[in-house]
Amino acid sequence: MERCSRGHMQAKKRYLILVSAGACLVLLFYLGGLQLPAARSRHGRSRIEQPWPHYSDPLQVFLPWDQTDTEEYNLHISPRQKRDVNRSVYKSKRCRMDSCFDFSPCQKNGFKVYVYPQQKGEKISESYQNILSIIEGSRFYTSDPGQACLFVLSVDTLDRDQLSPQYVHNLKTKVQSLPLWNDGRNHLIFNLYSGTWPDYTEDLGFDIGQAMLAKASISTENFRPSFDVSIPLFSKEHPRTGGERGYLKYNTIPPFRKYMLVFKGKRYLTGIGSDARNALYHVHNGEDVVLLTTCKHGKDWQKHKDARCDKDNAEYDKFDYKEMLHNSTFCLVPRGRRLGSFRFLEALQAACVPVMLSNGWELPFSEIIDWNTAAVIGDERLLLQIPTTVHSIHQDKILSLRQQTQFLWEAYFSSVEKIVLTTLEIIQDRVLEHGSRSSLMWNSHPGGLFALPQYSGYLGDFPFYYATLGIKLHPKFTAVIHAVSPLVSQSQPILKLLVAVAKSQYCAQIIVLWNCDKPLPAKHRWPATSVPVIVIEGENKVMSSRFLPYENILTDAVLSLDEDTVLSTTEVDFAFTVWQSFPERIVGYPARSHFWDSNKERWGYTSKWTNDYSMVLTGAAMFHRYYHYLYTHYLPTSLKNMVDQLANCEDILMNFLVSAVTKLPPIKVTQKKQYKETMMGQSSRASRWADPDHFAQRQTCMNKFASWFGTMPLIHSQMRLDPVLFKDQVSILRKKYRDIERL
Amino acid sequence: MCAAGKYSSRGPALIPRMKTKHRIYYITLFTVVLLGLIATGMFQFWPHSIESTAEWTLEKGSVHDAPLIRLPVSSPIPERGDLSCRMHTCFDVYRCGYNPKNRIKVYIYPLQRFVDELGVPISSTGLSREYNELLSSISDSDFYTDDVTRACLFIPSIDVLNQNSLRIRETAQALAVLPRWDKGMNHLLFNMLPGGPPDYNTALDVPRDRALLAGGGFSTWTYRQGYDVSIPVYSPLSADVVLSERQPGPRHYFILSSQTAIHREYRAELERLKEENGEALLLLDKCSNLSQGAAIARKRCYKGQVYEYPEVLQESSFCVVLRGARLGQAALSDVLQAGCVPVILADSYILPFSEVLDWKRASVVIPEEKLSEMYTILKSIPHRQVEEMQRQARWFWEAYFSSMKAIGLTTLQIINDRIYPYAARTYEQWNNPPVVKWSSVNSPLFLPLIPPRAPGFTAVVLTYDRVESLFRVITEISKVPSLAKLLVVWNNQNKSPPEESLWPKVGIPLKVVRTKENKLSNRFFPYDEIETEAVLAIDDDIIMLTSDELQFGYEYFNYLYTYKMPGDIKNWVDAHMNCEDIAMNFLVANITGKAPIKVTPRKKFKCPECTAIDGLSLDQTHMVERSECINKFATVFGTMPLKVVEHRADPVLYKDDFPEKLKSFPNIGSL
Repeated sequence: MERCSRGHMQAKKRYLILVSAGACLVLLFYLGGLQLPAARSRHGRSRIEQPWPHYSDPLQVFLPWDQTDTEEYNLHISPRQKRDVNRSVYKSKRCRMDSCFDFSPCQKNGFKVYVYPQQKGEKISESYQNILSIIEGSRFYTSDPGQACLFVLSVDTLDRDQLSPQYVHNLKTKVQSLPLWNDGRNHLIFNLYSGTWPDYTEDLGFDIGQAMLAKASISTENFRPSFDVSIPLFSKEHPRTGGERGYLKYNTIPPFRKYMLVFKGKRYLTGIGSDARNALYHVHNGEDVVLLTTCKHGKDWQKHKDARCDKDNAEYDKFDYKEMLHNSTFCLVPRGRRLGSFRFLEALQAACVPVMLSNGWELPFSEIIDWNTAAVIGDERLLLQIPTTVHSIHQDKILSLRQQTQFLWEAYFSSVEKIVLTTLEIIQDRVLEHGSRSSLMWNSHPGGLFALPQYSGYLGDFPFYYATLGIKLHPKFTAVIHAVSPLVSQSQPILKLLVAVAKSQYCAQIIVLWNCDKPLPAKHRWPATSVPVIVIEGENKVMSSRFLPYENILTDAVLSLDEDTVLSTTEVDFAFTVWQSFPERIVGYPARSHFWDSNKERWGYTSKWTNDYSMVLTGAAMFHRYYHYLYTHYLPTSLKNMVDQLANCEDILMNFLVSAVTKLPPIKVTQKKQYKETMMGQSSRASRWADPDHFAQRQTCMNKFASWFGTMPLIHSQMRLDPVLFKDQVSILRKKYRDIERL
Repeated sequence: MCAAGKYSSRGPALIPRMKTKHRIYYITLFTVVLLGLIATGMFQFWPHSIESTAEWTLEKGSVHDAPLIRLPVSSPIPERGDLSCRMHTCFDVYRCGYNPKNRIKVYIYPLQRFVDELGVPISSTGLSREYNELLSSISDSDFYTDDVTRACLFIPSIDVLNQNSLRIRETAQALAVLPRWDKGMNHLLFNMLPGGPPDYNTALDVPRDRALLAGGGFSTWTYRQGYDVSIPVYSPLSADVVLSERQPGPRHYFILSSQTAIHREYRAELERLKEENGEALLLLDKCSNLSQGAAIARKRCYKGQVYEYPEVLQESSFCVVLRGARLGQAALSDVLQAGCVPVILADSYILPFSEVLDWKRASVVIPEEKLSEMYTILKSIPHRQVEEMQRQARWFWEAYFSSMKAIGLTTLQIINDRIYPYAARTYEQWNNPPVVKWSSVNSPLFLPLIPPRAPGFTAVVLTYDRVESLFRVITEISKVPSLAKLLVVWNNQNKSPPEESLWPKVGIPLKVVRTKENKLSNRFFPYDEIETEAVLAIDDDIIMLTSDELQFGYEYFNYLYTYKMPGDIKNWVDAHMNCEDIAMNFLVANITGKAPIKVTPRKKFKCPECTAIDGLSLDQTHMVERSECINKFATVFGTMPLKVVEHRADPVLYKDDFPEKLKSFPNIGSL
């Protein structure tokens, strides 16, 4: 056993050592052998990583330091001459604002638009009639051509398809004979359709000279950047004002709908625009990607009919367009004969994210809208990749795309009015360059039509961008008291109010707007307060002047007050802390409501105690000072005049305005419902609130306002905000706003 | 078999017991092997760096080593640029194809030295330092590919940054002989100084077929929108001068003009402004008394007084950038670097990267004709806006102007965004400086929507095993009219939920979900069963809840909780069985920037009979732990997103002296 094991071991030892030596040798070869390929691969890798040799030669700089100097002194043309040369060279197809637009009338009189008077016997389509009346009703309108910065034709240029019944003949002579035509300088021409079968050119059939085009389905080739405006194609039925809201009522998570991508439309068998639609069937899978086409259109479709037509037509009839539109995450918007189609707006409204398949289409309002945030811009050439592309879009992104479709629809497309006003605002932004909107203002809520750049170029001065830009609100407010009765006694409510408001820790200053016919009281008649009291004498003593954007207002928040409002310091403090959470809304005390009176078929106004409200009275309310500006400069004179004549309804109008901007209801704080001494029956003095006509007037106002807005912007709310421990059964000492409960 | 064990125990004594002959033999063998191993190791690891430095210098190379290409006179010339070119007409998108990373691949031609038939080079400078830098940084970026067949974009190594140093015709010929030129398809040229005397075209004069042009100084007439890219003119001072960032705010001067080559008409105009407004304006020119030399580029003078340039730019709120012979000016870069707001007077100029940058937030553009009104226009700008512009200007410089690398990669990113528009960088990503990115909140639910009442809400009840209490909660909340669905999350793995017949009868769909693990985070899992937008989350020990009192969360935030919550927070919550609600509050506040809304006066919502034994929230350590949570979460989020508000929501007629039956929610506060 022992020997055996010994001999066995000797052999084993040798064997083992040999094996290990062999292993070492293998390892050696392996390592050594690895060395070569490794060196080679590193060599190769370094070529991949650093393929551009970092040349170490002393290279010359591209711009010798004295080059510009010597060059500029060689320059003999004066800049003025150079501008003149540009103006004479770049005409018609190469028109730009610098060469084809005369800025001087705009700078003199502001951005005013003149509409030529309509000629008798001239037929005008309903859509164009709408466009003209919207311009005439807008704040840009002037009836004096001498004041005008922009001219709009009264002859209908919308439909320039020769085969269309709306086509206007002899446009060339009609336009040339206009006295102010001036080769189209400063003119704006609206157009929806141009060209006809078979080539659908974008020529309008008359010489537009130096006029700007606001045109649908315009191609990038013909589009003159920052000169023309691309507008969406809209139908005859598109509402004139107001317009429907988007169809998205609530968000769903995950944001997927029944279908991923849908399309239902004509397939052109021949001619321009047929390629894209003819290829759609490659992508159709009948499940989540449903792309349906029909060959049935035109009289002689049978003539061009191909093998797929019958099958396609049968499949086409199985699906309902509306159902698909509302139940799909993405909607394909391929080009038709022309680049744009109605489908684009339909998808946008239905919160179905448009997938554009229309190469060379200058998208609507492309100058200001960042379409990547609301649509997927596809490429006709890459049709087959579209399903993969839409599937690869993350659900967060879909959620955001979908919400943006709704925002854009409501901000710029839902009515003819919005389309026309957006067009005018875009041109105004170009004309008044240093007072124009940034892209952020156009592409975020509430949109460019409600964010007026003339108010301020600083985004923090608006109530909408605090969160996005991380800007802090001004920590104080300014009170504006509207005084209409003379100061006779020291116990008058206005004086009590002044003292109470001045005591608020958040009050920066108080402005008394003296709208009383009696002269200003002497300085010493006002109580001494810790904050400055500024008395402004109203110029024409009208109601609307309480919402003028006074330069003295330096804080973001304005506390608007009637002279006879009764308010405690605690209530004011509390309202301000609430407002800081909702700076874009009106925060107030007494609330009112509206309802639809189906018997009289009109809107009704109620001051009854109801379970919901849609307005808070601005006789005691906190809101952003921007709304002063918007009230004064956005609303039409007709409505403001109505308010001034009635000396009533200014608060209703303000509520309409703010709700139209925010799409949200105002906020009521605390139990307060009556806020006037007169209302509380403590004074017998006649006030406008005691007037029986007063209520009827407010009813009338509501309906008038609703018709101007084109829709009812007010929204009901059931929520009232109280201090956290309000009326709770805890010690009063623990409560911060204890006075509110005593009222 | 048996030997193996013994052998291993005797191992160390192996060699001495061997025969001498064998021993020598083995020792030699071992030494050889050992030496071999050491040598290999040395070769493998140590000489590596020596070798690679050798390789480096070799790779570094010299421009003079580049192959020489002689262009015959008759060599073809490309066509002039086609003004109607757009991505869908002149760009071959198939080369870019589908790409899971949504990133274009860029190929750079190797350097060649082109000469004409007589041996004269096509360019007086050859490869410039800046172009070398640009190409190096592109080749280091992940846009780069060395595989010419996979490339989507081609960049010639022919330097055309400055047209002055080029021989136009020969450069064009050189482009045309590039192996993949193919009518300039998908080729990108970088040019900063276009045109030449006397009329200074605003785009490169070299005929270039369909090539894309990244040009510095485009006018609206030469710029092909959506095809070309407008780039800045790089300022060589950017690399040499370090200007620390200044806090935005008022500066010593209001307007400063520092350009040396201003047309005399404009200089006269500026002098007039200076006369009218005095000290607020500083009008500098080059120093005439200093000796010529490179240093003069760093000096500016006003009436014999010498100022350091570009440092002096930091002393002014606004800095004038006037057009010269060309529209693009290197001074713009200096001005931005100094955090001075550029006042750009260059009619029809396409601002650098205007496709993505919102210049309205960083500059003032004034028509040349209005130079005389400049002062009034600038005075009308609010101070806070000026400050924002100063900050924005500096940020634009840092991100997009500061180096050839920044310029090159921004250009490629813009082209990339056009090819993969659905993956494009957003406006916020391009335009918001980091300080705004930290402090701002963009709520993912940004659309103001008032959900209609119809869909109602889903109640999610988290339970462990308190069946009796659970049933009471269910019965109570099922009375709520707007309740659409009840979801019970059964968090006990050891016990099955009671049989179906035992559950209270409710008129709405009730679903029980069993979880795999007892985790509090289960409450916020986005169950497929939740179809409504609003979710009511309640504990099973809340029986004091009357049917009018509702606390809304959003389904979306459930989703966020599961998928977006910073990882350690979720783990912490699951480990400690506490604070899931605080975590949720943190998350919602962080994402919306808003405080939650407390509804109605309820403060306690636990049943009186649930004792400390199984009522989780009543645990002694519970409160201490919850304070800990807040601190822990605040560190993870990096800020304290929670906001304190002093209001709560009540129904409109709450506590009003008013008939109860007319109120919508009369039961509130009755407990």
